[in-house]
Amino acid sequence: MKTAIAFWNILMKDMRNYYLKPPNISWGIIFPFAWMLMFFVKSQTPVEVINILPGVVAMSILFGTTSMLSVTITFERRSRSFDRLLLAPIHLIWLMLAKSFGAILFGIINAFIPFIIAFFVTDISNIHWGIVLISVIFIAITSTFLGLFIAVSVSEVFEAQTFSNFFRFPMVFLCGLFIPISQLPIFLRPLSYAMPLTYGADLLKMAIHHSGNFPFVLNFMILLGFSILLFLASKRNIIKKWIY
Amino acid sequence: MQGYILKVQNLSKKFGYFTAVDNLNFSVFLNEIFGFLGPNGAGKTTTINMLTGLAHPTSGNIYFDEMDYTANIKKAQQFIGIVPDESNLYDDLTGFQNLTFCASLYGIKKDEREHRARHLLEQFDLIEAEDKPYKFYSKGMKRKLTIAAGIIHQPTILFLDEPTTGIDVASARQIRTLIKDLNAGGTTIFMTTHYIEEAERLCNRIAFIVKGQIVKIGSINELMEQAQQDKILQFSFDDRVHFDDIEPDFCQQIQNCRLDRLNERVIQVRSSVPLDLMPLMSFFDSRGIKVMEAKIIKPSLEEVFVKITGIEREIMKREKEGKKK
Repeated sequence: MKTAIAFWNILMKDMRNYYLKPPNISWGIIFPFAWMLMFFVKSQTPVEVINILPGVVAMSILFGTTSMLSVTITFERRSRSFDRLLLAPIHLIWLMLAKSFGAILFGIINAFIPFIIAFFVTDISNIHWGIVLISVIFIAITSTFLGLFIAVSVSEVFEAQTFSNFFRFPMVFLCGLFIPISQLPIFLRPLSYAMPLTYGADLLKMAIHHSGNFPFVLNFMILLGFSILLFLASKRNIIKKWIY
Repeated sequence: MQGYILKVQNLSKKFGYFTAVDNLNFSVFLNEIFGFLGPNGAGKTTTINMLTGLAHPTSGNIYFDEMDYTANIKKAQQFIGIVPDESNLYDDLTGFQNLTFCASLYGIKKDEREHRARHLLEQFDLIEAEDKPYKFYSKGMKRKLTIAAGIIHQPTILFLDEPTTGIDVASARQIRTLIKDLNAGGTTIFMTTHYIEEAERLCNRIAFIVKGQIVKIGSINELMEQAQQDKILQFSFDDRVHFDDIEPDFCQQIQNCRLDRLNERVIQVRSSVPLDLMPLMSFFDSRGIKVMEAKIIKPSLEEVFVKITGIEREIMKREKEGKKK
């Protein structure tokens, strides 16, 4: 019960303090709009919204969650308020989950903005919403834990931003969303397979275009594996670096 | 002797080849104010971090209430309160929100945490600023709220790291009163400070820590007694005294004494044996010197500290101020 009270209040505090602040809400809305608009403007041929939907959804989640969590945790570390959490009688795993849960929710909400936009401009009746939900949740979880891993690996907010981009941009271009993995140079393909977004994107394509490269269960298991791995690596880093 | 609430046995912390804390042994008794006094880099904060769960000891044991919590300080955090040297509250939350949030971390239910937060805001004279974001608080107010946040879960032992550093005199005074009141209310206090007068005024017992080692530990009186090898009487006169004229006669007439001139009107008489006032008064009277005041001089804790550690107070102060900047 005590852990539940602490968990809930950490989550609510983060939602109020960070995620529900007007700049972040507007980021969540403007970002998918901007991406969609960019595709329309840049494309030489007419673009179907449904074709770019998996990419925009994946990027909205990836950029939203990694940015928010890595920056907020680094900021709390700098202001020492994260120490207050470490000094509270909450198990580290629950504390990490409480801090991550807000970002996961933020990512899930961000993911549905492109769908709302798409609803008004194209036919989305063929989308498999069950798989969408699973893929969105798992992309949000892995991206959030990637943000957590970044946060515990740096000490300054600007480092968190730089380090995030180091992971994010290669992921966007190598995950198969915009360039199919089969069309990538052979030496880059192993890199694609080593990225969690590849499997999240595949699930999204499966749900929206009914055309995935890997079986559903494999995607699901790999994303679960990445989530556990990133979470454990972050936990190890917190114990090693912050509880020295 | 009262039972101890905290006992530390052979506690050490090493960072590679550097030993930050070296084989500490001490106990903090129930309901006392225990002071940890030492210069910058002595190992005070590292010790607090190990005792509160922000650092793992390299070796040694930590007992709270006779139970060994070394391997799992997390379990002891329920009854530990911590007030770090620099504030760790949330700038965007109000005073009231900060307190209720801190209470929630200890699993306290909503009604109870709101009740406790209001009570503490009143006790700490912050009730009028309860809805003001923390970032707009003055330094003194921030310090008070940080202490309030450290005790909202009603800990049995409170760790205070430099509680009055960097705040104005009036706020520091208020905080010292609050510390005394907390202690009177039954909270055991473990505090670090570089203000020797503060330690002298507040603490029941003090440990001097230098280069990771405790060099002396004891009550204020015990420490003073050990340092007081000379008995000192100080005389103030109504007129200038020709020190060189009286010193030879004085040393001849008054045995086992030494005369020190502080200024033209003030001298000190030092002796390793207890001093009798009457022969001294007679000596001055016989030379027509009118004594305005005579008083016993006791060594200050500062002198004791300097004597034991060999570290000048000013060095300590400068180091600390440098660290704050």
